[in-house]
Amino acid sequence: MLKIEGLTAEVEGKEILKGIDLEVPTGEIHAIMGPNGSGKSTLSYVLSGREGYEITGGSATFNGQDLLAMEPEERAAAGLFLAFQYPVELPGVGNANFLRTALNAIRRGKGESELDAMQFLKLARERMKALSMPEDMLKRGVNVGFSGGEKKRNEVLQMALLNPSLAILDETDSGLDIDALKIVAEGVNAMRGPNFSSLVITHYQRLLDYIVPDRVHVLMNGRIVQSGGPELAKQLEASGYNSVQAA
Amino acid sequence: MPAVTETIDAVQSVTHSTYKYGFETDIDMDFAPKGLNEDIVRFISAKKGEPEWLLEWRLKAFALWKTMQEPRWAAVKFPPIDYQDAYYYAAPKKKDGPKSLDEVDPELLRTYEKLGIPLKEQAILAGVEGAGESPAEGRMPVAVDAVFDSVSVATTFKDRLEKEGIIFCSISEAVRNHPELVRQYLGSVVPQGDNFYAALNSAVFTDGSFVYIPKGVRCPMELSTYFRINAKSTGQFERTLIIADAGAHVSYLEGCTAPMRDENQLHAAVVELIALDDATIKYSTVQNWYPGDENGKGGIYNFVTKRGACRGARSKISWTQVETGSAITWKYPSCILQGDDSVGEFYSVAITNNWQQADTGTKMFHIGKNTRSTIISKGISAGQGQNTYRGLVKISPKATNARNFTQCDSLLIGDKCGAHTVPYIENRCMTAKVEHEATTSRIAEDQLFYCRQRGLSEEDAVGLIVNGFCREVLKELPMEFAVEAQKLLQISLEGSVG
Repeated sequence: MLKIEGLTAEVEGKEILKGIDLEVPTGEIHAIMGPNGSGKSTLSYVLSGREGYEITGGSATFNGQDLLAMEPEERAAAGLFLAFQYPVELPGVGNANFLRTALNAIRRGKGESELDAMQFLKLARERMKALSMPEDMLKRGVNVGFSGGEKKRNEVLQMALLNPSLAILDETDSGLDIDALKIVAEGVNAMRGPNFSSLVITHYQRLLDYIVPDRVHVLMNGRIVQSGGPELAKQLEASGYNSVQAA
Repeated sequence: MPAVTETIDAVQSVTHSTYKYGFETDIDMDFAPKGLNEDIVRFISAKKGEPEWLLEWRLKAFALWKTMQEPRWAAVKFPPIDYQDAYYYAAPKKKDGPKSLDEVDPELLRTYEKLGIPLKEQAILAGVEGAGESPAEGRMPVAVDAVFDSVSVATTFKDRLEKEGIIFCSISEAVRNHPELVRQYLGSVVPQGDNFYAALNSAVFTDGSFVYIPKGVRCPMELSTYFRINAKSTGQFERTLIIADAGAHVSYLEGCTAPMRDENQLHAAVVELIALDDATIKYSTVQNWYPGDENGKGGIYNFVTKRGACRGARSKISWTQVETGSAITWKYPSCILQGDDSVGEFYSVAITNNWQQADTGTKMFHIGKNTRSTIISKGISAGQGQNTYRGLVKISPKATNARNFTQCDSLLIGDKCGAHTVPYIENRCMTAKVEHEATTSRIAEDQLFYCRQRGLSEEDAVGLIVNGFCREVLKELPMEFAVEAQKLLQISLEGSVG
C-alpha cells in the first residue's frame, strides 16, 4: 500500500505540493486528474526520487518502507515503476541490453538470480507478443528514433518485464492515438491483480475509459481537492476543472 | 584475460629473465648513470650487443634530438621536463616496491577488485616485492599457467607461428636474428628526426616488439604481448615494428586494462607499421597507465608516435585505441596511404577524468589514387579533464577520388571539464571528397534519472550511457578486449557524477 501524508515539496524555492494526503491500497488502481500546473508530474517525480525536488514536510511510505529516504534505484528495486511522460533517449544503448540490465538490477535488488541473455530474450519475446510489439524494437537504441507512440509502448514493455508492484503512469496517454492508447491500457490491465497497484496520472478522462480506476482524485494547486469513484472522471469531463474549484 | 596475463608476462620477464637475453657484452653494471649524452647511447647499444649500424643509427637520432625542441602546440600543460635528470638504462628490477598489499594504495586495489583480478595478480600489478617470483596457485587462467609453468605450451604458440613463417619476437632479438628486415624497415615510417620524442626514442629505446608476416599469410591468432614469448617488459621507450608482406593479414593487441604503476613518468614509444600490397594490419590499444590521483598529482606522460604506411596497393591499416589512463596523452596514430586503393582507419575513445589531459587524434595522408580513410573519435571529459581531438586529413594532388569521413563526438560529464575539436583539412585534389561531422553533448540529468528509475545505480547508469556513446569504436576491438574495455570505461569515470 502506498500511503502519503501531508506531503509538501518545492522546486527552486517555489512550493508545488502543498500537503498531499493519499492512500492507494494494494490491488487498486487510482487516477489522479488535474489541470496543467497542478503538481501532477511533481508528485510522480517526488515519489520516484528525482533530484531537484525538495521535500519540505510530510511522508510517503510504500508497504511500510520510507520511500523518501531511498535512492531512486532502491525505490525501483522495492517495486516502484514510473512510466515517463517523456521517455528519454539513450543513443548507442541497445534496447535489449538496457532492459536486461534494468531487469537484472531489480532482480538483484530483490535477491533473485539474474537472467542470462537467452533467458531474457525468451521472456522479452513473450511479453512483446502479448503487447503486439514488433521484435525489432529490442534491437534499436533505447527510444532513439522512436515515434511518440513507440516510446510509450516501450515504457509499457518495460513495465511488463520489470513487473512492479506499484506503477505510476505520468500522462502516458499524452500524444497517443487511439490504437496506442488501447495497447497501453491493455498493458496496465494485464497487470491488474491483488499484488499490483497503480497511480494513473492524466489530464483527460479518455484513458480512464480503458483503464477503469477504483478511485479518482482531483489534484489542484498542490492539494487533492476531491475524491470519488470512476464517475467523478466523467463528471469532470463534462463540467471541467472550474466546477471543482467552485465547489 | 590478455591484460592480466600480459602483465604477468611482463613482470615475469622483469623478475626472471633480466639476465637471460641480450647481455653478451662484459659490462656488468645494471644501470647507466643519470643523464643523456653520447656515452649513454653507446652504453645502451653495447649493453644490447647491437651491430655497428644500429649504434650509428642511434647516434644520428641523438644528434638530431639535441637540435630539437619539445612540441608545444598541443593543448596540454606540464612543467618542464629535465631530460638530464633521468636514467635511460636501468635493470628493471624495482628497488623499493611495497612489501605487501597492505602498503598499496587502497584506491588502486579497489579498482583491481572491480576488474576481477585475483589477489596474487593484484600484488604483481602493484609491484609488491617478490610477488611475481613464484607461480600463482588456484585461480589463474590456464593460459597464464602456460606462461609461468609450461614451456611446452608456450612453444606450441611459437611453433605454430614459426610454421607459418611468422616472426614474432622482441626487437632486440630481431636485431640479432633478422638484421636485414630491421635495417630495411626501422625508421622508414617514423624517421629518427620525425619529432622530439621520436628522436629521443630512436636514441635510447631499450626494447619492444617485432612482427613480420610473410607473403600471403594470415596470422592464425591475435598477436599480443600475451604470446610474446621471451619478450621483455614494455619499457619507457618502447619500439614496435610490424611488417605485413604482400597479402598478409595480422591483428595486434597492445596494452593492458589493469592500471599499472610505473616509476617512469615519461613514456615515449614509437610504433611503425608497414603494409605491402593487399596486406592488412589491425592495431588495437587499450592504454590505462596511472593517471595521477584525484588532485592531479603524479601520473604518466604518454608521448607516443604511432604511424603506419600503406605502401602497397589495396593495403589497409586500422588503428583502434581506448585511452583511459596517463596524466597526459599526446598521441596521433596516423596512416600514410601511398598505395592506390589503400585504406586507413582510426577509431578512438579517449577519457579524461580528474586532472587528466588528452590531445589525441590522427593524420591521414592521401597520396595514392582512390585512397579512403575513416576517422571516428569519441572524447569523454569528466572532472577537470581536458580532451582535444586534433586531426589532419591531407590529400595530395595525385590522390584522385580520395575519400575521407571524419566524425568527432564529445561527451561532457560535469561542468568543469573541456572538450575541443581541432580538425585540419588540406585538400589539393579536385576529385576528393572530405566529410567532417562533430557533436558535443552532455550526460543529461534526465538520462541518469531514467536509468536509475529502472533500477541501475548511478555508476552503472554512467557506464551504460558512456558505452552507448562509444559503441561504434568498441565494436572494432577484438571480442575479449571489448568486454574489458567496457568495464574499464565505467571504472575510469567513477566518482565523476554527483
